[in-house]
Amino acid sequence: MKSKGDKLARNLLLASVVALGACATTAQSEQEQRLVFEAGHPSLQYWLLPDKPPYPEDNEPTAERIALGKQLFFDPRLSRDGNISCASCHNPMLGWSDGLPTGRGFRGALLGRASPTVINTAYNSIQMWDGRKKDLEDQAIGPMEASVEMNTDFDQMFRFLRTNEGYRTAFAKAYPGEEINKETIAKAIASYERTIISNDSPFDRWIKGDKSAMTEQQVRGFKVFVDPDKGNCEICHSAPNFTDNGFHNIGLASVDGGKGDPGRFAHKPIKILKGAFKTPTLRDITLTAPYFHDGSAKTLMEVVEHYVKGGEVKENLSPNIKPLNLTQQEKEDLVAFMEALTTDHEPVTLPKLPLK
Amino acid sequence: MKSDKTVFGIALVALLAAGTANAAEYEVVQKNKAFSPKELNIKVGDTVKFTNEDDFFHNVFSLSDLKTFDLGSYPKGEFKSVTFDKAGKVEVECAIHPSMLMIINVQ
Repeated sequence: MKSKGDKLARNLLLASVVALGACATTAQSEQEQRLVFEAGHPSLQYWLLPDKPPYPEDNEPTAERIALGKQLFFDPRLSRDGNISCASCHNPMLGWSDGLPTGRGFRGALLGRASPTVINTAYNSIQMWDGRKKDLEDQAIGPMEASVEMNTDFDQMFRFLRTNEGYRTAFAKAYPGEEINKETIAKAIASYERTIISNDSPFDRWIKGDKSAMTEQQVRGFKVFVDPDKGNCEICHSAPNFTDNGFHNIGLASVDGGKGDPGRFAHKPIKILKGAFKTPTLRDITLTAPYFHDGSAKTLMEVVEHYVKGGEVKENLSPNIKPLNLTQQEKEDLVAFMEALTTDHEPVTLPKLPLK
Repeated sequence: MKSDKTVFGIALVALLAAGTANAAEYEVVQKNKAFSPKELNIKVGDTVKFTNEDDFFHNVFSLSDLKTFDLGSYPKGEFKSVTFDKAGKVEVECAIHPSMLMIINVQ
């Protein structure tokens, strides 16, 4: 019995090594044959976002829902001290984030993680750095409930909303027959957030066929980005929204040998998730410095250098991360490519908040 | 003493042989960030082989009360197997890609 088991194990190992070898070379040549780096080429169309983002059955976007959501998003009166709105940390002037390494909340409390941008969150299949909220409706109330963030006094807030004529009318138009409660508030805010989209960057235009939309350097950078033997970025920052909606430990110094932020592990205790955080989009990335969940990279070049090194802390590092073989030129090309991912947005107009 | 051990040994082999003779092996593939099939009906004692066919790593696990396991991450072409020894429903997920879900009904 014992020797039979050994032989079986040996054969399995041999078979999987051969299979792995065969698969590796196939994958590489598939990659090389798959993409043709010409503006408008059919092989590149998978990088385009769907025209309209998805929405849940019970919250189809309407003009009224979006307008109400916009008012709520910008209204600081929803917070306990009347001074923090969603827009305080998700500020349209700062790429819908706040330009800080990590956020600042109730009475200046220093938070542990960077404020994620709202841009293209409508295309995410899961929300927040640790993925503990499943959709935008789920997430919208979170900062109000958090004592270190808006720290909302819900009795006070509901009293305010339910006696304010402007809001009563707006809720009745957006969600007729429904109460003004956490659910309708969250649904309205989510409806507004679904309009915050980046899909018209120089990269998008180049994919659609405009040869002049990206520079030669940016096209070179795109090649580095998708090449598994160079940047290998596409493996996690995958099409079309430049994220796999997955969780990876990329070896940041703040992981601190397991003593730092546990990331998704606190939510799902599976070993590989220790220090693992959600892959953010790279669309509009020039608008949202500093980078990483702890804001530790000030520039895109610092981000690239982190990956070239193969991460700072090797403990529990994602197996997708390894040191990269990039020349200085290739690093600069990669940064130039990422700069092509930003849409030139119209300025956001502020809503009129109902004063009574 | 010797005869007791022999009897025990024979019984054990018979039991193991019986177990392996009836047990079936199934395969669940991870491809395009999804499990295939998404639902599987098996019997107690059956084994499920989880094979990664994607170009990147997956980490199959379950935190079901019935059967908890963490297969760790492995790349394309590799597989790991789990034997299901209790009846009930097991929810299988990928730790890296939370939208990947499948159900195993053990009868």
